[in-house]
Amino acid sequence: MAKVTVFVTLKPTLLDTQGRTVENAVHHLGYSDVTDVRIGKVIEMDVAADSAEAARSRAAALCDKLLANPVTESYRIEVDG
Amino acid sequence: MNSAPPAPPAPPRIGVVVFPGSNCDTDAGNAVEQTLGGEASYLWHADKDLENVDAVIVPGGFSYGDALRAGAIARFAPIMEPVARFTADGGLVLGICNGFQILCEAGLLPGALARNEGLRFVCRQVYLRVENTDTPFTSHYRPGQVLRIPTAHGEGRFTCDDAVYDRLIGENAVVFRYCDADGRSTPEANPNGSRDHIAGIVGGPQRNVLGMMPHPERAACAWLGSEDGVGLFESLGAALLDGKRAAFAAQRAAPAPV
Repeated sequence: MAKVTVFVTLKPTLLDTQGRTVENAVHHLGYSDVTDVRIGKVIEMDVAADSAEAARSRAAALCDKLLANPVTESYRIEVDG
Repeated sequence: MNSAPPAPPAPPRIGVVVFPGSNCDTDAGNAVEQTLGGEASYLWHADKDLENVDAVIVPGGFSYGDALRAGAIARFAPIMEPVARFTADGGLVLGICNGFQILCEAGLLPGALARNEGLRFVCRQVYLRVENTDTPFTSHYRPGQVLRIPTAHGEGRFTCDDAVYDRLIGENAVVFRYCDADGRSTPEANPNGSRDHIAGIVGGPQRNVLGMMPHPERAACAWLGSEDGVGLFESLGAALLDGKRAAFAAQRAAPAPV
């Protein structure tokens, strides 16, 4: 069993309205050194697979099909175990 | 002996898909029955049969609670398989609001609907300019006509890459753009930050699929505040009757079976 974590983020070309709002708040708090705040989703799952690579490939197929919209989002996969 | 003559065209029967979380299905059905004299037939998401309807409406709402992304789960509902086949065969499909999001997620229309630029849920009357009257959904409007139609969405910012955008423009596939009361697409008249003020597009193999974020079914009679959505349903009804009349004429003209 592999623990798989999928990070889904908006493509850099797409305006991230939530990220921009949070960045404004960050600056109001005085953290002017913090920029380019972007918000995404973290999806955790267990995948029954023989190897980390097999688990990764299952998760990637799921990302392409359901978890990420290829028009607006990109994804990154981490496999643990 | 001659077979009985074919029956004259019946009023159109329009399927309205119902997902868990749809909330504009009855409004769409009422608009169908009150504006184009058709019959609304509600199609449950878990079924796999369109019951021989003449057209399909994918209505607004929050299917599956908008889990993951608006429309992301609904596109895999069993009913979407026959909807995709119906689309490929040239059947008329209208997606409104969440229905537009679902059709984009399903790949039946290009692009995607992202979170509104202002982050707010925009629920108010907006103005739309009719950019294309050469579709089965807009033939009863005048080119450039300005419509007042309500919008109600949090994820309505039409987004696409440059290649898709160029194709939409080249194929004259933009049907509605957000504008002000005078028909001008000013920045203030764009309620959600949609690319090039796009509010509705047409697609499918025979330009037979319309997706739009505003709600024509909520502008279908005077006491709702606007009747500007009626033309869309009348156009749809006329297109369906034309198709039925053509089929009827062809059937009558064909030699009787021996």
